[in-house]
Amino acid sequence: MWEILEIVTTVGFWAATLRIVSPLIFGTLGELICERAGVLNLGIEGIMTIGAMAGWMWVYQGGDLWTGVLFAALVGAIFGALHALFTVTFGLSQHVTGIGVTLLATALSSYLFRMLLPLATTPPKIEPFQIYKVPLLSEIPFLGPVLFSQTPLTYLALLLVPTVWYLLYRTPIGLAVRMAGENPVAVEAQGIDVLAVRFGAVVFGSALMAIGGAFLTMSAFDAFYFGMINGRGWICVALVIFASWRPGKALIGALLFAGLDALQVRAQQAAGAFIPYQVFLALPYLLSIAAMVVMSRRAAYPKALLVPFRRGDRI
Amino acid sequence: MRFEPREKVPVWMAGVAPVLAVLAALLLCSVLILWSGESLVQAFALLLNGAFGSKFAITETLTRATPLIFTGLAAAVAFRAKFWNIGAEGQFYFGALAVTGIGTGLISLPAPLMIPLLVIAGALAGGALLYVPVVLKTKLKVDEVVTTLLLNFVVILLVGYLIEGPWKDPMSLGWPQAAPVIAEGELPELLAKTRLHLGFLLALGAALLVWWLMRFTVWGYEIRAVGHNARAASFAGISVNATVLRTALISGGLAGIAGVSEVAGLKGYLTLDISPGFGYAGIAVAMLAQLHPLGVVASAIFLSAIFVGADSMSRAINVPSYLADVVTAVSLMMVLLSVMLVRYRIRRS
Repeated sequence: MWEILEIVTTVGFWAATLRIVSPLIFGTLGELICERAGVLNLGIEGIMTIGAMAGWMWVYQGGDLWTGVLFAALVGAIFGALHALFTVTFGLSQHVTGIGVTLLATALSSYLFRMLLPLATTPPKIEPFQIYKVPLLSEIPFLGPVLFSQTPLTYLALLLVPTVWYLLYRTPIGLAVRMAGENPVAVEAQGIDVLAVRFGAVVFGSALMAIGGAFLTMSAFDAFYFGMINGRGWICVALVIFASWRPGKALIGALLFAGLDALQVRAQQAAGAFIPYQVFLALPYLLSIAAMVVMSRRAAYPKALLVPFRRGDRI
Repeated sequence: MRFEPREKVPVWMAGVAPVLAVLAALLLCSVLILWSGESLVQAFALLLNGAFGSKFAITETLTRATPLIFTGLAAAVAFRAKFWNIGAEGQFYFGALAVTGIGTGLISLPAPLMIPLLVIAGALAGGALLYVPVVLKTKLKVDEVVTTLLLNFVVILLVGYLIEGPWKDPMSLGWPQAAPVIAEGELPELLAKTRLHLGFLLALGAALLVWWLMRFTVWGYEIRAVGHNARAASFAGISVNATVLRTALISGGLAGIAGVSEVAGLKGYLTLDISPGFGYAGIAVAMLAQLHPLGVVASAIFLSAIFVGADSMSRAINVPSYLADVVTAVSLMMVLLSVMLVRYRIRRS
């Protein structure tokens, strides 16, 4: 017990937690925006994969880091547009389309990576985002090295939470997005185009997911390898349910999750001799399932989630 | 632009649509071949030759189609009831674990008893894994898509633990793999000097059985009714929860048998990479067949031909074998689109 307490009070543990939470924040908020507009986006796993590949490849081919992030976001937006075209415009099954988008984006990532780098045996590396110490603030004891000595994308992730909250709850666009997921007929009655709102939300959300993927190859590590997303996308889908579709709760859920993940890495080093390492690696997935079970009774899911909207239809 | 449901769907249209969809998918993927700078004609010639060019190539295609038929049926049955089992990958490995658990020396029976025992054990294991998500769905309304997906990762870690630890074959020279299935449990090969094994016939049998089940039995009727409209089915006196549970156990069982067939029929022992995503590809197989059990056989053979052909093509020219995964995914998307175009007509509004 004491060992855990000792780990939890170290700077390293909290700094690692913030690093692990960053891609989860991007992914969870992206998925949350899609679902708030009424569209389940199971393309997330693939979109994060291709975001990771695209951003990394941009930099590897000579681009700079920030345009790489933008490029990843653009690629994510394109796959989001594909998902939206099928599920929003055509009103096709959100489950099957999402799985299709994931299969397509994952396969394309592998194909393009191999095509552009046919001979790479050890994964080639790029110069990733470096830690940026915020002047003065990073001098604060404990809080400084934890909160203000991170890479720029982590700051971006943390700032994104209040931004998305503000957008969703304090702007007309946010209201339209939330209504499109609750009562699309009422939105239409206001003279707002439901399909356009949903389409935009899915495209924007998918761009965020792709940045989450790019964080892994451009900030957390410096290389792309197959299968590196490793279910993070699905975990984000579970986190959205755990958060009851609220940005603030999503941050808390993601932090809890990342904290446990950072803890298990350290516990693995301590207890690796008695407990097989696979048990620790399985924890995130099992915790996600547990989180969904815990929240199942209170899940306040958007009313029109999974319901395609066709103009003139009655619901 | 708006979509208007067709009052009557012409039969020819429903039949031609999936074929056109697949052709469109191949056309779209040609762009990737051109991008890699290789000749399109040469690439497709190599692909066709790799998949069907010789007797051996054909048997390889059918061998590869075997697990895809099982996982395709697993998805087809579940999706009919709108139960989104995306966990066929995990159920595949659970079936493989069952074979390894009892088929590598724990029980030894003559082959005519041993093989059915292994198949049943694999089916039970696959079904058992899906039991948890079903109960969570029916009792607590927890979405089965996410739970089945997440369990895939847990199962693969479990397999990794077992074959690196307690189940590791001491004779494997350090490779993480389980002990081989005993001779009585091996699925016999169908043709000498090929890898085609009894599993293929089992897969064909399973497709016929599932077709009969869905078409001619009360269970099949209930599964389809729940998929069309769960509320209406419930009013008609069908127990929705019982039907979902039954569907899930059939679906998980089919995916489990895929694992049995690969371990006891093809490889002989369990490894961590025994499935290159058969569970996920099964979804594409089922959608390509528009969830028809007999169509699953055809679409599984088509996709396995792409995989086997692309493997052999990528050895000759600089087109990565991942092309097959792209074709699979694009075909899935195109079929979705074609189904919509068959059901609706586009009107300018």
